[in-house]
Amino acid sequence: MGAGHAHGRLYRAGDSIVHRLPPQCKLVAVVAFTLVVVATDRERFPAFAGYAALLIVVAAVAGIRPPFILRRMTVELPFVLFAVALPFLSPGPRVEVLGVWLSVDGLLAGWNILAKATLGVVASILLAATTEPRILLLGAARLRLPQLMVQIAMFMLRYADVIVEEMRRMKVARESRAFAARNLKQVPVIARSAGALFIRSYERGERVHLAMLSRGYTGTFPVIDDISASRWQWGIAGTLPLTALAILAGSLL
Amino acid sequence: MHVPDGFFTVPVSVSAAAVAVAGVTVCLRGARKELDDRTAPMAGLVAAFVFAVQMLNFPVAVGTSGHLLGGALAAILVGPYTGVLCIAVVLLVQALFFADGGLTALGVNIGLLGIVTVLVGYGVFRLVTRFAPRSRAAIGIGSFTAALISVPVSALVFTLLYAVGGTSSIEIGTVATAMVGVHTLIGIGEGLITMVAVSTVLAVRPDLVYGARALARPLLLRRADGSPIPADAERAEPRRRTRPVLIGGVVITLLLAGVVGFYASSSPDGLERVAADTGFDTQAKPHDLADSPLGDYGVKGVENERISVGLAGVIGVTITLLAGGGVAWAARRRTEHRRRAGRSAADA
Amino acid sequence: MNALRVSGLAYAYPDGTQALFGVDLSLERGERVALLGPNGAGKTTLVLHLNGILTPGAGQVHVGGLEVGPARLREIRRRVGLVFQDPDDQLFMPTVREDVAFGPANLGLRGSELERRVKVALAKVGMAHAADRPPHHLSFGQRRRVAVATVLAMEPEILVLDEPSSNLDPASRRELSEILKNLDVTVLMVTHDLPYALEICERSLILSGGVVVADGPTPEILADGELLTRHRLELPYGFAVPGAQ
Repeated sequence: MGAGHAHGRLYRAGDSIVHRLPPQCKLVAVVAFTLVVVATDRERFPAFAGYAALLIVVAAVAGIRPPFILRRMTVELPFVLFAVALPFLSPGPRVEVLGVWLSVDGLLAGWNILAKATLGVVASILLAATTEPRILLLGAARLRLPQLMVQIAMFMLRYADVIVEEMRRMKVARESRAFAARNLKQVPVIARSAGALFIRSYERGERVHLAMLSRGYTGTFPVIDDISASRWQWGIAGTLPLTALAILAGSLL
Repeated sequence: MHVPDGFFTVPVSVSAAAVAVAGVTVCLRGARKELDDRTAPMAGLVAAFVFAVQMLNFPVAVGTSGHLLGGALAAILVGPYTGVLCIAVVLLVQALFFADGGLTALGVNIGLLGIVTVLVGYGVFRLVTRFAPRSRAAIGIGSFTAALISVPVSALVFTLLYAVGGTSSIEIGTVATAMVGVHTLIGIGEGLITMVAVSTVLAVRPDLVYGARALARPLLLRRADGSPIPADAERAEPRRRTRPVLIGGVVITLLLAGVVGFYASSSPDGLERVAADTGFDTQAKPHDLADSPLGDYGVKGVENERISVGLAGVIGVTITLLAGGGVAWAARRRTEHRRRAGRSAADA
Repeated sequence: MNALRVSGLAYAYPDGTQALFGVDLSLERGERVALLGPNGAGKTTLVLHLNGILTPGAGQVHVGGLEVGPARLREIRRRVGLVFQDPDDQLFMPTVREDVAFGPANLGLRGSELERRVKVALAKVGMAHAADRPPHHLSFGQRRRVAVATVLAMEPEILVLDEPSSNLDPASRRELSEILKNLDVTVLMVTHDLPYALEICERSLILSGGVVVADGPTPEILADGELLTRHRLELPYGFAVPGAQ
């Protein structure tokens, strides 16, 4: 997880058909697509190429540029390292690749994790890039995500900005006094600033919340604007997982 | 430790999702008791906070860095049920908005990083603070121990899941060694950060720490001229039903340490053999502690390697628990001693 | 029946700090009462009990005969409108209109009735022209008036204001006092601005050390210099209570 998580960077404003789809349709589409990907046998290489092509089409339609996606893909780095190590560490029969003896099973396992994780990550990146976080949560609420969790998530998003901003300030303050996190001895310093950060952000949000409660807020934002989806919109969103399913079926023939 | 799509087999992902749904449902019910109007945004803040501190990578060993899991922290700050919900929300948001952790692995992630860390963390916390329910020091120590133990236990459960349904064929011993080793180090960092963060909040806004509710004092009533109104009777402190959580947490911890350790060593020479196969071991240096009784996670003098490693896990956890409990007990003795001294001084 | 009755209210924060030590007070319907007291007297803590945000450690709060408790929070919060000290805590929606609509929408109103509530409330505070503007583009005095409107839109029976005159320039101060005097609701105004209390409220209470230590007509309370000094309250330099000796 790299720095710079402020969610202003996640969403790319736009007016494509992908942007305009109701959030619940996109959510279902992405989850269904990922399920198809995960269920695909690791040796059906052409199917994975087909899935990748599908995501490229979605990205092109939504106007999301490759550099943006590549930058965001760094989140899967730890597992990429694991996947790359697999061919060296796995037991079993070995093949020679470019002069190195590698485990066949390890190669396949590494490929499996790499391919599926990457497709899942890119699908999620596209979802977040075309849907505002608040709207995405409304979509999740429509899909019967428990109200309490939606509420926690709403507060979380509101606090996240405050916290990230405060963290950046405190980091600057620390580093301008020649502090850098180098070893375990510095954990207490980070921990103390974490505690201070917590109280600073809490007190900012607490008063707003009390004022909301006083006006009858009971945990759900009154939804005045409707986000219901038409059958047509479900149809469009459905093309992603359905095409993926068709690709899977095709590869089985 | 956010598991991506495709890391575990479909059956494991699906069962983990079922467990996660069941766990979250239980927590939704339980959270109603923990949350009131004032603490609802706390849950959101804790979620945001856990999310933020997971970004703080701290170095654990040469070339490796880890981040907080935050389960113990969340449980201590907002209570165990709400704590699980917070972590679940963090993981959901990470999967949806940040592509961190796969959507199909969400069940696995909620189970490992949410349910396991909270259950173990809160169980250990209650166990430690039970011996010194009325001091801040005890809460600090409890926080440290809780976080410290919760991380490697979570890593052990990961290993267990991997044994059942990992998609690669690396021997479980290798995975266990790597996971537990690294996560014990992460646990120390997590313990320190949790302890200091909880203590800081406790010092400034003690009302925000769920785990410190026992510190509240009974009310006084006064008349307009300031003279006290005698209370009817000292209100009995409400006894919370902590025993089930407590015992559950400890049993699970010990069980995991033992059982997983047992399985982990089913290929006793896991990493070593693979390393030898690939020539890695020429670079590896023997660890300084390898000769200590628990070095290399085995107990010397126990013939069966599997039992030995399982035993090492149990012993390790027990020692940590006893150490934490002992310090808390000592702290309690001191406060009680001081209180008694204060009372006799007032009598004189 | 009293509009508001507080009896034996005591409260300690979970850290053990006790803020209220047995508060007794009652308000008649249509009364405007000032709650005076130094910093740290427990004024804000008391206010947070009036609509059930804090739960009493001992004692009760009754609003129009209804005891404040977890089961009736929605009705209590409709009846008791709280205007917080800092309008920026109260205003968080993108436009003034949405902000004023937030309360009545939480009560379940939609469509034309919601629209009417917003319009009436904004007209009462003279801010109808600003309905579509973002709150943070308004002046501080305007923001405070919008904050009052957000509460009025819920048509409360009791309006509770926390330090309504703080940080206002003289013109905004006068505009707000005229608005408050023309409202047809019970008003409880928490303040240490004594002239403002005298201008708006016929009756005053002094809260000090977590208990009510004085209760009477505002001119009498303010004329008792010794009482004021004892509770760290002071009239501004050169200010004399009209009609007092």
